[in-house]
Amino acid sequence: MSEILVAEELARHYSVGQGTFRAKATLRAVDGVGFSLQPGKTLAVVGESGSGKSTLGRMITLIEPPTSGRLSVEGIDAARPSRSQWKQLRRAVQMIFQDPYGSLNPRKKIGSILEESLIINTDMSAAERAEKAREMLRKVGLRPEHYSRYPHMFSGGQRQRIAIARALMLNPKILVADEPVSALDVSVQAQVLNLMMDLQDEFNLAYLFISHDLSVVRHIADEVLVLYLGRTVEQGPKTTIYARPRHPYTRALLASTPSVDPAHRAQRIAVKGELPSPLSPPSGCVFRSRCPHATDRCRDERPELREVDGRRVACHYAESMA
Amino acid sequence: MSLVTAPEPLPRGETSAATGSRSALARLVRRPLAVFGLLVIAIIIAGAVLAPWIAPYSPDEQIFEGLTLEGAPMPPGGAFLLGTDLLGRDLFSRLLYGARTSLIIGIVANGIAVTIGALVGVTAGFFRGWVGTVLMRFTDLMMAFPALLLAIVLAALFRPSLWIVALVIAMVNWVQVARVVYTETRSLTEREFIEAERSIGAGSARILFRHILPHLVPTIVVWATLGIATTVLLEATLSYLGIGVQPPTPSWGNIIFENQTYFTSAPWLVFVPGVAIILLALAFNLVGDALRDILDPTQKGRD
Repeated sequence: MSEILVAEELARHYSVGQGTFRAKATLRAVDGVGFSLQPGKTLAVVGESGSGKSTLGRMITLIEPPTSGRLSVEGIDAARPSRSQWKQLRRAVQMIFQDPYGSLNPRKKIGSILEESLIINTDMSAAERAEKAREMLRKVGLRPEHYSRYPHMFSGGQRQRIAIARALMLNPKILVADEPVSALDVSVQAQVLNLMMDLQDEFNLAYLFISHDLSVVRHIADEVLVLYLGRTVEQGPKTTIYARPRHPYTRALLASTPSVDPAHRAQRIAVKGELPSPLSPPSGCVFRSRCPHATDRCRDERPELREVDGRRVACHYAESMA
Repeated sequence: MSLVTAPEPLPRGETSAATGSRSALARLVRRPLAVFGLLVIAIIIAGAVLAPWIAPYSPDEQIFEGLTLEGAPMPPGGAFLLGTDLLGRDLFSRLLYGARTSLIIGIVANGIAVTIGALVGVTAGFFRGWVGTVLMRFTDLMMAFPALLLAIVLAALFRPSLWIVALVIAMVNWVQVARVVYTETRSLTEREFIEAERSIGAGSARILFRHILPHLVPTIVVWATLGIATTVLLEATLSYLGIGVQPPTPSWGNIIFENQTYFTSAPWLVFVPGVAIILLALAFNLVGDALRDILDPTQKGRD
């Protein structure tokens, strides 16, 4: 299957001032991340707050340019696109935001929220736009008469459906979803996830699904990429990783997911402490400071991503993790 | 706030959609308080425009019968509807002519101030960077400067006239608006729906005019209406200091200040123009308030 998006060694660094008389520090929000997206498939990016997952999403949606690395969408260089390429890419990649209350302009009717991207990016007539908006409302499980209502008349789940409809208006190939269900009630989460999966089948969409919720990821993902302090620690097919995580961080994340099955609950592995400051990450392995298995080697030598047991993992002792 | 869980018919939604088609003016007229406000504004404007025909006397005429034998002003009633002032001039006539000055100050000067303030605030808040820094530091500078002193300097540099006074007041009053609009714009640009706009490829101009400005309307309307009373009073202060509207031209503010020392013996001279200022400010506040609610879709169906 052909890749629609390829990212290699993608990095985004920020220069952070630390006061007038101190030198600026470099914050490596995302550092050397590589992956590819395929039509009809979902890549889930997993990590805790501050791991760089949202920055990654913002680079893919062209809101922020990468500092270094290669990013190509449909064969076009998306890291440094020309003006006309940028327009083309704009239509190919769309985004769903986390907060369905904040991502819809409260002063605009649903119809004009949906048509906005058509007005900017196409020269469709008003009637065609309205037709398309109503059709999209039907597709996401709302009704055409919702067209002339305002966002405050809808519930969180309905609003997220509207946000999904907006993202699909330009017939994108790639959808970046930044924690699309974490602001919703659990009862509504599954509905929205199932809708997203149905739409993926219908439009053959590639999803970049950003989440910290591993039970949600288990439901929707094909591939999983685990980020820690902006670096990939483990990456591979969902079933492989869920069945047998090889990185201590992935293991801890999976163990912290609440489970109904008592057999699962026994093997809880707690991660000590807080995420270290991304301004001064630990030497060697970034996870060293919180890892229960850390040794001197982890301090001195940074583990590179390598192929182990059907997935890529950045740990010196990946083979012995079972 | 109505949270709807299932896609059932929304009765309130339907009525809202219906009211949405009606004009803002039609909905304004359905609010009694707003109608009262509009009426007051209309009366004051009519009085100002029709002053030469309505006023029983010339505003500058010192009428012999306007003073008692002891030389005190006449109380309201009789030949002089609202009494006379210390020089025996008819207060009602002076109020009508004074409305012209006060309206020009309250609407034009205040309008300019709000416009400058909103433009500075929105530019600084939206573009940030060095543009924002320069604009906001200048605003801080203007804020730190004593407003009255600045007004005195400006008024002293130019020959005092109504339009200079209006300009001076605008120069002094835009800073608060700029500050408030700046903060609001900054918080708006951080909202996710603005980011969503960017992600569908909207340019800065589109975001600014179609998505940020509409959200600033309530703030600007409130400041514009509140500012009317402040500017009318600032004009009065300037007139009192001799650098505002020059006597014998009447303004509501200088009528109060000319006569304040005789407050105990001739209270109507202060009371009547005072009430006029309050009514003008109140009327604009009521209309502004109603307008703000009408322009906010989340408030629909509550009037």
